[in-house]
Amino acid sequence: MSKHSEVVPNSTLIDDAAAALGRAGFSRRSFLVGAGALVVSFSMKGALQTALAQGPFEGGTAGSPPLNQLDSWIAIAADGGVTAYTGKAELGQGISTAQIQLVAEELCVPFSRVKLMYCDTVQTPDQGITSGSQSHPTNFNQKNLAQAAATAREALLKLASKRLGFSADQLVAKDGVISAKIDPSKKVGYGDLVGAKKFEIKLDPNVKRKSASEWTVLGTPARRPDMPALVTGQFEFVHNVRLPGMLHGRVLRPPAVGATVVNVDESSVQALPGVVKVVVKKNFVGVVAEKPWQAIQAVNKLKVTWSAGTGLPSHADFYNYLRSQQPTRDTLLVNSTDVDEKLAQAATVVKATYYYPNQMHGSLGTSCAVADVQGDKATIYSPTQGVWPVRNSTSILLGLKPENVHVIFRRGSGCYGLNGADTVTYDAALLSQAVGKPVRVQLSRKDEMAWGENYGFAFVVDERAGLDAQGNIVAWDHESWSANLGNRPGYTTPGNVITGTLAGFSPEPFMARSPAPEPRVYTNNSNGVPSYVAGNVGGKPQGTGTVKSERSLTHNIPSPLFTAPLRSPARLQNTFAHESFMDELAARAKADPVAFRLRHLSDERLIEVVKEAAALANWEARPSPKPQNRRTGIATGRGFSCVAYEGENGWAAMVAQVEVNQDTGKVTVKRIFFSNDSGPISNPDGLRNQIEGGALQGMSRAMSEEVTWDDQRVTSVDWESYRSLPLGFDVPEIKVKLINRPDENATGAGETSITIVAAAIGNAIFDATGARIRQVPFTPQRVKAALSQTFSQA
Amino acid sequence: MNAINLKVNGKAHAVDVDPTTPLLYVLSDDLALNGPKFGCGLGQCGACTVIAKGQAIRSCITPVKSVEGAEITTLEGLGTIEKPHPLQQAFIEEQAAQCGFCVNGVIMTAKAFLDKNPKASEEQIQQAMSSVLCRCFTHVRMLRAINRFREGRAREGLAKEGRTREAAAK
Repeated sequence: MSKHSEVVPNSTLIDDAAAALGRAGFSRRSFLVGAGALVVSFSMKGALQTALAQGPFEGGTAGSPPLNQLDSWIAIAADGGVTAYTGKAELGQGISTAQIQLVAEELCVPFSRVKLMYCDTVQTPDQGITSGSQSHPTNFNQKNLAQAAATAREALLKLASKRLGFSADQLVAKDGVISAKIDPSKKVGYGDLVGAKKFEIKLDPNVKRKSASEWTVLGTPARRPDMPALVTGQFEFVHNVRLPGMLHGRVLRPPAVGATVVNVDESSVQALPGVVKVVVKKNFVGVVAEKPWQAIQAVNKLKVTWSAGTGLPSHADFYNYLRSQQPTRDTLLVNSTDVDEKLAQAATVVKATYYYPNQMHGSLGTSCAVADVQGDKATIYSPTQGVWPVRNSTSILLGLKPENVHVIFRRGSGCYGLNGADTVTYDAALLSQAVGKPVRVQLSRKDEMAWGENYGFAFVVDERAGLDAQGNIVAWDHESWSANLGNRPGYTTPGNVITGTLAGFSPEPFMARSPAPEPRVYTNNSNGVPSYVAGNVGGKPQGTGTVKSERSLTHNIPSPLFTAPLRSPARLQNTFAHESFMDELAARAKADPVAFRLRHLSDERLIEVVKEAAALANWEARPSPKPQNRRTGIATGRGFSCVAYEGENGWAAMVAQVEVNQDTGKVTVKRIFFSNDSGPISNPDGLRNQIEGGALQGMSRAMSEEVTWDDQRVTSVDWESYRSLPLGFDVPEIKVKLINRPDENATGAGETSITIVAAAIGNAIFDATGARIRQVPFTPQRVKAALSQTFSQA
Repeated sequence: MNAINLKVNGKAHAVDVDPTTPLLYVLSDDLALNGPKFGCGLGQCGACTVIAKGQAIRSCITPVKSVEGAEITTLEGLGTIEKPHPLQQAFIEEQAAQCGFCVNGVIMTAKAFLDKNPKASEEQIQQAMSSVLCRCFTHVRMLRAINRFREGRAREGLAKEGRTREAAAK
């Protein structure tokens, strides 16, 4: 395998090529997960070369409105109303509001005049997957939706110039009307200029964008247009799609991992009221009934004989399992080749291992989809993050032509990554095809958590660093182990998704590779490289730090359970390790954690967020742990953490202030201070909402969330066995400092805050108590164990 | 099956369903309401909450027969897009949601609690919300919205009291 594989720099992978690769069945994340580098196999390399040879991605998937045509993005009605089309979905984070602001701004129309259509394989351009904090960078910089809106404005000015007899620079566009600067009575509205006709022009790659100083809509805290419908129960989620004659499906998942269908006794439910059909396809089993409650009862009573399961590795020993499996897929992100030598010469060598468990997306509503498959055509309402790959892969699942499958995005419950949205879409498609009628499927809570979820990755991370006599870091060695199985639905196979596998398709094969090839080009998409090293690849330092002796090596193995990107995949786990370890190094050097970080950073934007968060929290410079804290009762402390998300896709730093009850091990986060730089701020209120949510979600994940299993099956299957912090816990005060950089490119903001929370809390626990906690979640038992270990050593 | 008589948001409905059917399925399927939502089917998350006889109940585990004839209010019954209930308005003011799936449980639980405990403290409100989940973790804004509503109502209550006193004085 390895001779057919090589590491290709993700930084050279332009979005267009990435989109083309996506069409060929490879998602962006599939390259990044666990490995941190873009790993391209022989076949992928071919697709990449083809994509690059083709130049900019112009057409989307076959059938997609062409990306280089203005009419794919913007339509102006006879009354002057604007409809914008985008391939980036609203997943609940407010991106549709920001996209409306963008179009209104560039087109010089009021916010209320713009209607946004997103993610429909008949109407909107294929922009790949809505994921990876990529919607803001993709549509707000010099391409795609931003370029389309600006191109439309310039085209309208040209048309008006002809109509009014003034040159374009003598005209001004405002509120959907173009008028002469010297004589405002000479004017024409957009509706009169194009009046529901097409523009029939290409996007202008050199079109002039409005500068941030001219903004009147972008940069303001525009309110979300969906909010009134959401709070009054009028909003239509995918769960509320109701088609005429619609039936209800329910699936029956295997009782154990690896169990297969031996026999299905259809007669066991035939006499039940409302049952329409039992559907079996290999190991996929489901029932269609007239009403949802009838489908639930039928599935509960359906007699299915299953083979024994194939077994699961011990949960208690899973981190050793991760470390010890062979073969592995290895990737080197940086390697100065002198790390062992420098460590041998160091005055002090510090080592630590960090553990991060599998976690869930845990959407509040279980996944749901509605499919209407009749004959050779299908219409599917899905909460998927990628309507185009779902269109193509569902067509394979059903044996239909892709152009006969129409996928329409409808919002689901917030997903935070790849939850059960795609698998339930396949469930609905299979059941609807079997009965030739529209079928709605919503998973049970247990099916969602045990057989719908693609869990966030578990990680073991070894960190090793050397300090010189002055307490400077002279070398840093990072090595991690993680596991994955399945992926986003590819354009070419349904096998990446649980239902696709049950129905007989195979997930992407695991491609072993060891030893890892030397890195050729620097990339830090997974944040596998600590912020404090130089990131020297190809003779050029491209990292955010100063430490020249550096190595970052990752090992990936096949996972026994399905996994997929969960908010800040790999980045969060790696950053938990790096930022906890940096705190350990600072403590060993008896240095203030903030000053110690600043001493080893070179990246100006990262330095600025660090300083801003410290200032916001009135950070008192001193080493940790806090002197004179008592060893019983409540102790208080503060911790710091920061990240350059994906190396260059958002900058964030935070301070957590905690109380630790040393008698019970209970940790209460009292205050969070946060600074964030995501380039130009499109909607400050939306950005704050994201940061606040990420901070608390990060807290829940750090303090209480962990997937568990026995030797056969997942055992965390409801909100008692998988704990999420409810509204009624001690919600900390959150203060946020937004850094606006109007002249920089837009970057991601959806995953910056969550990435640094666990380390900041862990560091605060250390500051308060002197006990270091290296395993998530920080349950009271673990905190108590860390406390007793520390004091027995002391 | 015999028809079951329900009173939902002031309207009478006769539904012909299995009497053991959880109320949620009747509301969302038979009556086509979007407010109450299926989150867990176990009474653990709050997404399905409706108010029956003044109590916040989890409709996913409440057999429809057990609320026959009771006055049932769903999120739709509080206010409309054009004229939201003050608590709904407070959520709009605070932009207190992300995906919005949990909003039903948050608003209905808070509404029932504050109707009974109009002078509740912030701490008591947090306590009352302790079995409601939001996975986008919009907690800060939601609690702020609930407090905004509570304070607004307290002010209104004082004003009303004042008017009553004035009227009595005359």
